[in-house]
Amino acid sequence: MLVFTVVFLAPIAYSIYLSLFRNQLVGGNAFVGFDNYVRAFQDTQFWSGLGRVSLFLVVQVPIMLGLALLIALALDSGRLYGKKFFRITVFLPYAVPAVVAALMWGFMYGSRFGLIGNFNDALGTAIPEPLAPEWILLAIGNIVTWEFMGYNMLIFYSALRVVPTSLYEAAALDGAGTWRVISAIKIPAIRGSLVVATIFSIIGSFQLFNEPSILQSLAPNSITTYFTPNLYAYNLSFSGQQYNYSATVAIIMGVITMVIAYVIQIRGMRRGEAGK
Amino acid sequence: MMLTALSSIVLVYTIVPLFWLVVNASKTQSSLFSSFGLWFSGDFALWDNIQQTLAYDDGVFLRWFGNTLLYVVAGAGGATVLAILGGYGLAKFNFPGKKGIFAIVIGAVAVPGTALAVPTFLMFSQLGLTNTPWAVIIPSLITPFGLYLMWTFAMEAIPTELMEAARVDGASEFRTFWQVCLPLLAPGIVTVLLFTVVATWNNYFLPLIMLKNPDWYPLTLGLNAWNNQAATAGGEAIFNLVITGSLLTILPLVVAFLLLQRYWQSGLAEGSVKE
Repeated sequence: MLVFTVVFLAPIAYSIYLSLFRNQLVGGNAFVGFDNYVRAFQDTQFWSGLGRVSLFLVVQVPIMLGLALLIALALDSGRLYGKKFFRITVFLPYAVPAVVAALMWGFMYGSRFGLIGNFNDALGTAIPEPLAPEWILLAIGNIVTWEFMGYNMLIFYSALRVVPTSLYEAAALDGAGTWRVISAIKIPAIRGSLVVATIFSIIGSFQLFNEPSILQSLAPNSITTYFTPNLYAYNLSFSGQQYNYSATVAIIMGVITMVIAYVIQIRGMRRGEAGK
Repeated sequence: MMLTALSSIVLVYTIVPLFWLVVNASKTQSSLFSSFGLWFSGDFALWDNIQQTLAYDDGVFLRWFGNTLLYVVAGAGGATVLAILGGYGLAKFNFPGKKGIFAIVIGAVAVPGTALAVPTFLMFSQLGLTNTPWAVIIPSLITPFGLYLMWTFAMEAIPTELMEAARVDGASEFRTFWQVCLPLLAPGIVTVLLFTVVATWNNYFLPLIMLKNPDWYPLTLGLNAWNNQAATAGGEAIFNLVITGSLLTILPLVVAFLLLQRYWQSGLAEGSVKE
């Protein structure tokens, strides 16, 4: 509990304290109340970062979770050959560090010795460079999907395994088809895991940092210092020395994330109860 | 048929990048640029690359490897021990304020580590802890998710009657835990350990902000530094070493996951997904 306090509660308290001050050239720290928050809400760079991760969230999270669910259902159906091999292989990217994944995909995206360049040379096609500013978000989305699809799949799959098979037998006796079983039994049965996976994915999207930060050196023109709010907070405190403002951005993001996570949790659980 | 097609596509999608990594770890810096990415080409230089990776800059890669091991053993190991003790205590003993703690733990699961990293850095720099291994190890010790997992797992796996039976037989509290409960918790422990190890091994953000001195870098930071080297003026481009280093970095984890899969899969199924 002591360690918990030191690494968990203290930083939160300290950053709230910091966010209320401003470091001045003369006179050191001065109490400025909510000035930093006012500044953040008027900061177009902060908003553009927030807008970018929101877009990312709306597109990438449903695709990734949808795919994960599809694979989990396919595995659970028992009609797949090499089930065990398939399951472990799809999960493997989770063990790959974000740094390595981003570097790997970054290299493959690149036109210099990447695959895209190879394809364009070989087939005469003109696939645009994924690291260009217009495509970079898609490129990052692909990396994140690759990393976490298997992890989510495994969560869904484990949840499906504990559904009592007697339910399926009863449904089969009632003449329910495969899709009916999926929509009426399997999906409601794993609602809890769906909610948890959604919350974790949303948190992950809001805190997006590793992939853009690493790709920055490969695509300096596409990724700005305020590409995501987290990257912005990082650059503020380490390049800009604006610790107080950086703490403010971190707090705003933390609060937004928690509010959304709670809303989803409450909604997900309530619908679960209504269905019972 | 549709299922097979679907799963083949997914399989290819998963494997291609890893395959690319293996193929390109076998190429020299010059054939990296000149050959097709998805097949072997030129001299098979994997062993040379490994040697170079290990020897580059006076063997700094091995130093980073050692650092990573230190952070993993101290951070993930410590985190697992704390999660076991905490989870066991919360699951099997009643004390005032338990509900409050439960609410905090669930809330804490929702607060991601990265959100805390910047504030933690600011605090640690006041304490003078930054740029030391402690700055990486201490924050790694807390894993709300691990605690939650152990908690639910301990509730399911240890029958209270068994503990009572042990106590009636005169076993001390410590002995009950050590000889009766711990073995029952084994699958859960392996799961938590594996996931904290992955989290620590792959951690990038925390060491990035905490550490300035390359001597304390873990592998992830080191690899990124090597990659950035090509972009700086006068820096030597060592992409072949970046790629080989990446391969060496993921190898231990992949092996661990493959060898221990029986444990963590059942642990995950029993612990995390029960509502």
